[in-house]
Amino acid sequence: MEQDIKITIIDRDGEAHEIDAPTDMAMNLMEVVRSYELAPEGTIGVCGGMAMCASCQCYVLSDHELPEMQDDEEAMLSEAFDVQENSRLGCQIAITPELEGLKVELAPES
Amino acid sequence: MIKTDILIIGAGPTGLFTVFEAGLLKLKCHLIDALPQPGGQCSEIYPKKPIYDIPAYPEILAGDLTEKLLEQGKQFEPGFTLGERADTIEKLEDGTFIVTTNKGTKHHAPVVAIAGGLGSFEPRKPKIHNIHLFEDKGVEYMIKDPEVYRNKKVVIAGGGDSALDWSIFLTNIAKEVTLIHRRNEFRGALDSVEKVQELKNKGKINLITPAEVVGILGEDHVSGVVVEQAQHIKKEFEIECDHFVPLFGLSPKLGPIANWGLEIEKNAIKVNNALDYQTNVPGIFAIGDVNTYPGKLKLILCGFHEATLMCQAAYKIINPNKKYVLKYTTVSGIDGFDGTRKEAPKAVVKAIE
Repeated sequence: MEQDIKITIIDRDGEAHEIDAPTDMAMNLMEVVRSYELAPEGTIGVCGGMAMCASCQCYVLSDHELPEMQDDEEAMLSEAFDVQENSRLGCQIAITPELEGLKVELAPES
Repeated sequence: MIKTDILIIGAGPTGLFTVFEAGLLKLKCHLIDALPQPGGQCSEIYPKKPIYDIPAYPEILAGDLTEKLLEQGKQFEPGFTLGERADTIEKLEDGTFIVTTNKGTKHHAPVVAIAGGLGSFEPRKPKIHNIHLFEDKGVEYMIKDPEVYRNKKVVIAGGGDSALDWSIFLTNIAKEVTLIHRRNEFRGALDSVEKVQELKNKGKINLITPAEVVGILGEDHVSGVVVEQAQHIKKEFEIECDHFVPLFGLSPKLGPIANWGLEIEKNAIKVNNALDYQTNVPGIFAIGDVNTYPGKLKLILCGFHEATLMCQAAYKIINPNKKYVLKYTTVSGIDGFDGTRKEAPKAVVKAIE
């Protein structure tokens, strides 16, 4: 599919998955992870994508320019556990053509 | 022993609507929920957020939806066991069930409806090396009875609504309230943030930011916490206190229900969606987000439908030989268990001259 981009997601067991993510379905990174079932249901996207639970926290490993962090994401990350410099909430990252080649690792379940 | 017709596990929107549908069939309900208030995720995670896909409500706040559901079911007098988690289930010889909570409260019912959403909400525990040694010895992850803190020195950690709201509330009860947060900004309702600011200015809340509790002091009970503050230069210091309450939100876990002998798939309970949402154990149903079947959608409105069909099946279990025919509330009205009656006004029969 031409609207798809390739991204790499390292799951919580350390396994890397190169997958196709659609850019035309208004999906975010958390939803892509769920659609490929790379983390068990109920352990990711618990709040549905409102930046209110941090269950979709991931570490961004590639140097893509990502959408700027909004206040609610920053606040949630400041309360989450296992946060690192490159932490983001997957639900706040929309899949766009600019993210071709993105590589992220899912943060541990907390 | 609490006795009821349908024992509902989970007081979220699906569980609350079950009360209404069961009531129409003259079945009484009792709900168990691990949270201290009804509403499930709608009250706990996003009470002030709007929902747009509840039929006939172009927009409704999650907290308001909970209130409306409680009001709709009120005349059927549901019972509640709140702040307790359903732990074990036992099937008696006559096919009825006894469900016991983590506090030992026993419930007896012929039908059990699990409306548990994503599971029971468990507090998220901060990674402080010795925190487990002080659980229930001065460390509490949830405030259940504020009186515990009367005239005590309390340290609260967190930056969300519950940390703010409890800090405000406890200033009237505790001897000293300290609020510690990793950054200067708080993620709460604006009026709560402003109230904390006001209390801080008055010296009623001791606010320490950006900082983190990194250790707990004490012998058999909390006597203080070690705080690391990162303003300008990193420094570590101790604060004397009787209680440390970390409020870092809750995360849902399927928990003990996973060991009830029910078929589980993808962290959800498999049900028969062709008929009545019953699980592999006759008499135990699963409705709402907690169940799964081909084509399942985790939507509140789907939970309402599942609850309605489940109640019909529950009726047949409880009244095996009784005839029943679906009635419309507009036609037959609603007779509450509290003696109230709602009905459509009678049409006026009058000649037009």
